[in-house]
Amino acid sequence: MEIPYTISTRPDTGLWNAKIGIWLFLASEVMLFGGLFSAYVFLRLDAQPGEWPHGLLNVPVGTMNTAILILSSVTVVLAWAALKMRRYRAYWWYMLATILCGIIFLFVKLYYEWPQKFEHYGIFIKPAALEKYEQYLGNSRRTEKGMEPRIEISGHLHNPEALKDANIKEYEVGLDPVYVDPNNPANDRPHFLYVPPTDHVATIEKEDVARVDSFGPWHSAYFASYFTITGLHGAHVLGGVLVFIYMWLPVSKKVYQRNPEHLANRVEVSGLFWHFVDLVWIFVFPLFYLL
Amino acid sequence: MNNPPDIAQDPAEHEEYAHGVHQHVSRYLIVGAILLFFTLLTVALSYVDFGGFFSWLFHVHISPKTGGKLNIAVALLVAAFKVSLVGLIFMHLAAEKRLIYRVLIFTGFFVLGLFWLTYLAWYDPIHL
Repeated sequence: MEIPYTISTRPDTGLWNAKIGIWLFLASEVMLFGGLFSAYVFLRLDAQPGEWPHGLLNVPVGTMNTAILILSSVTVVLAWAALKMRRYRAYWWYMLATILCGIIFLFVKLYYEWPQKFEHYGIFIKPAALEKYEQYLGNSRRTEKGMEPRIEISGHLHNPEALKDANIKEYEVGLDPVYVDPNNPANDRPHFLYVPPTDHVATIEKEDVARVDSFGPWHSAYFASYFTITGLHGAHVLGGVLVFIYMWLPVSKKVYQRNPEHLANRVEVSGLFWHFVDLVWIFVFPLFYLL
Repeated sequence: MNNPPDIAQDPAEHEEYAHGVHQHVSRYLIVGAILLFFTLLTVALSYVDFGGFFSWLFHVHISPKTGGKLNIAVALLVAAFKVSLVGLIFMHLAAEKRLIYRVLIFTGFFVLGLFWLTYLAWYDPIHL
């Protein structure tokens, strides 16, 4: 028996099966990401002064990835329109472009953005010792201006062996630019371009340190939510890419030859999923990269 | 702003239909360009000190913290605009069947309920 309404629409709802299916699925996805964004808002509102980092992500790279996702949203909808116009060749190229966009997005995330974080260290100073490192933190000026204090000194850890060796009494950090010139108003807001740690090395005594962590999920509530949400989002991108690859391979051409509308419908529902993934990123980008 | 209808079998009608889809294609391209532009705008606006701007405009004192909140509000407004473009045009929600809207109304209800729970927890926290 053939399953009804895979291609033609049901007379009472005006919809075919997969269309209902994908929207119910997207409804559950809204709840999933809604819960995580809700957690993000909660953690951020509850963060103590200075505990919610700003400007630690690479804005130009994030902007580029946003543009790539938007571009792929356009190409997938064009792929669908090409099928509707019965232009398989054009469909094939648009689909290839979509797949490539998804792969570039994932590549940038996994091989460029994430690994850098695990090599970058933040050293949290004990409240009693903050005064001692005032030359790096510039907190008296910040308090005067009504800004949140800095409680962390970050940069490249020159002696990572100090993390494990109790005999080493201090950390040597190649400072991030903001700690070299903490009272410069230009450093009050994050820079647009990523500036790597400087050659200026600061020595921080271990007894003044509350904790040391790389910029992984363990660093702060900020990075925990960053890795959770972008990780889950990345998994969605990967899932979308796999589905698109299947629809791009010759196996799907057979579906097209049997009934072009069937493939068009499949592309439409997977496209709806893809647009949703784009939609999530439209919120992720400003919340984590810019604010 | 309807979806392109199913393709006509009659070759004469097909010409007309293909023209209709072609118009949709240009709409998708325009929306894509708008989305890219607004992405750049979001980035640019995040470097604008809205607190400073409004305190200059209205001669009132706005703390850096409140200024930061203004920046968040602006960024979320731009994001909401972009998301509605994606939803309405790319996901065809501008003209969809009634059942889909019903599903989405329930989704909206429950997701707002979820955010409301967060608000309650923030408004009346548990102190251990």
